[in-house]
Amino acid sequence: MLQSNDQLKLTATVLRKRILSTAYYKKQGHVGGSLSCADILVSLFFHQLSIDPSNPKWEDRDRFVLSKGHTALGLYATLALRGYISEEELKTFDQYESRLQAHPDMTKLDALDMSTGSLGQGLSAAVGMAIGAKRLKKDFQVYCLIGDGESQEGQIWEAANIAEKYKLDNLIVILDQNGLQQYGWKNGDKRLNPECYGRRKFESFGFETWEVDGHCMEDLIAVLTEVKGRQEGHPKAIIANTTKGKGVRFMENNYVWHSKAPNDEEYIMALTELGEEV
Amino acid sequence: MLISVRDQFGKHLAQIAKDDSRVLALDGDLGNSTRLDSIEKETVDSFLQMGIAEQNMVGVAAGLASVGFQPWVCSFATFLTKRALDQIVVSIAQTNFDVKLVGSYSGLLTSNTGKTHHSLDDIAIMTTIPNMTVIAPADASETVAAMKAMHQTAGPMYLRLTRDETIPSFLADAEFEIGKGKTLAEGTDILIVSTGSTTYRVAEVIKQMEGVSIAHQHFPTLKPFDKELLLEGARKVQLVVTVEEHYIRGGLGSIVSEILSEELPKRVYRIGVPDRFLGCGTDEELLAANGLSVEEIRKSLSNELIRLR
Repeated sequence: MLQSNDQLKLTATVLRKRILSTAYYKKQGHVGGSLSCADILVSLFFHQLSIDPSNPKWEDRDRFVLSKGHTALGLYATLALRGYISEEELKTFDQYESRLQAHPDMTKLDALDMSTGSLGQGLSAAVGMAIGAKRLKKDFQVYCLIGDGESQEGQIWEAANIAEKYKLDNLIVILDQNGLQQYGWKNGDKRLNPECYGRRKFESFGFETWEVDGHCMEDLIAVLTEVKGRQEGHPKAIIANTTKGKGVRFMENNYVWHSKAPNDEEYIMALTELGEEV
Repeated sequence: MLISVRDQFGKHLAQIAKDDSRVLALDGDLGNSTRLDSIEKETVDSFLQMGIAEQNMVGVAAGLASVGFQPWVCSFATFLTKRALDQIVVSIAQTNFDVKLVGSYSGLLTSNTGKTHHSLDDIAIMTTIPNMTVIAPADASETVAAMKAMHQTAGPMYLRLTRDETIPSFLADAEFEIGKGKTLAEGTDILIVSTGSTTYRVAEVIKQMEGVSIAHQHFPTLKPFDKELLLEGARKVQLVVTVEEHYIRGGLGSIVSEILSEELPKRVYRIGVPDRFLGCGTDEELLAANGLSVEEIRKSLSNELIRLR
């Protein structure tokens, strides 16, 4: 699905509204991290990924792993916009036995390529998929969205180590580097999170790296286009500098919005900020 | 001919991998100990070296399974089941992937490596995980039969193996069906229940016991457990004894006690490793110190028989 950059930006705004309305309706959800990766999700699902919503298990599809599984809300809202699930189903988010579990469960929803939620595990699975693709001589790419907070888990770097060894140039890691996590570092402006030097770290693990503004659609599209199909023998990492809570000023860079739903007043304020035209 | 469990494991996995390109072996740098190296020697393409990083190894297996492979992940039992426990639960069991986890060097017999390497809680850990099948064969022939069944049955499974080099293929019937136990001897005084490598030592004990009628059941599958067979055997005797190379709590003895307490209240005497850490030692020293050598099992049984009469 190819949208113009202007269309993609509009889609990202709609996505932010869906994230907020679902969290408002359900009175919960990881809003801050979902908003920080909203532009990345749109650039992937509406531009980059070779996928077919009418055939979610299409064998040759690109794979997507949301390693930062607590931002499932952002992913489900994206899947709804992309036509995998209905807008109505979004309301079942986080309900007992819903397909939209609080953390992604691939046994419930076939649009998901991996179950995640315990941090640090998704990248290893993505590495397995990429090794598998090479062995099967398949051309699909494996995209894995990780958080900077979860990169404190050693398993991320165990996975990075193997990605280099197996020359996984079909693996594209996107680091949502928003500088904030649930409680640890709190001040996003000063980038205190020790994992906020993602480029340096991934480079040292043998990745080909790029650093972009994770809220600039033009930059995201340009870099994703550049990395796709590059067969240089190196795994790839796109470091996307983002803002937690992006799009709603009172949520931006405020760690309390890591997992908090807006109340009536906050919801109206947030929607007003995002513009009422969409 | 004596072929050890681990040698037979490596040899047979190489055979399975040769016949089925979906089968991949993932090693955590212990291939020459676990005998996973057989697969590298015979079919190098099926061997993936993941390095000393069990958590990632388990996650990579999940990714491989998601695109159609059947990964066999092998490490020492204690490292696989404890260092990578959350990964096993989230990436393998919750997803219900067709991944085979192989815990080599289970129990006490880890070649003088001491308490860091003993795996005395892996039955407890792995049987509490939903979707997980737990298998502990008694000898090399049964290991092959179990591996065949594992290969042909999709789903997450844990295979508990021993490093012991002295167990011959002693089972008359090397057939294996997931979830089925085996009656190795009939008797009316006591029923001994065992699993894995301990079954051989129990069989040796029974040969030495005279003037007593001992039934012996071997359970190569700990989950799902063959409850019917246990109840059938327990009905005929006054006392049930469990023997295992595992902590006395949480393993076979606990499984048997739970079933009997609910279905057929009966005294259960459990022989296993007490609640403590152990030093390093030879196999013989460790088994004797924990009441698990042939001689010590025999003594415990004799004492219980005196109590019974």
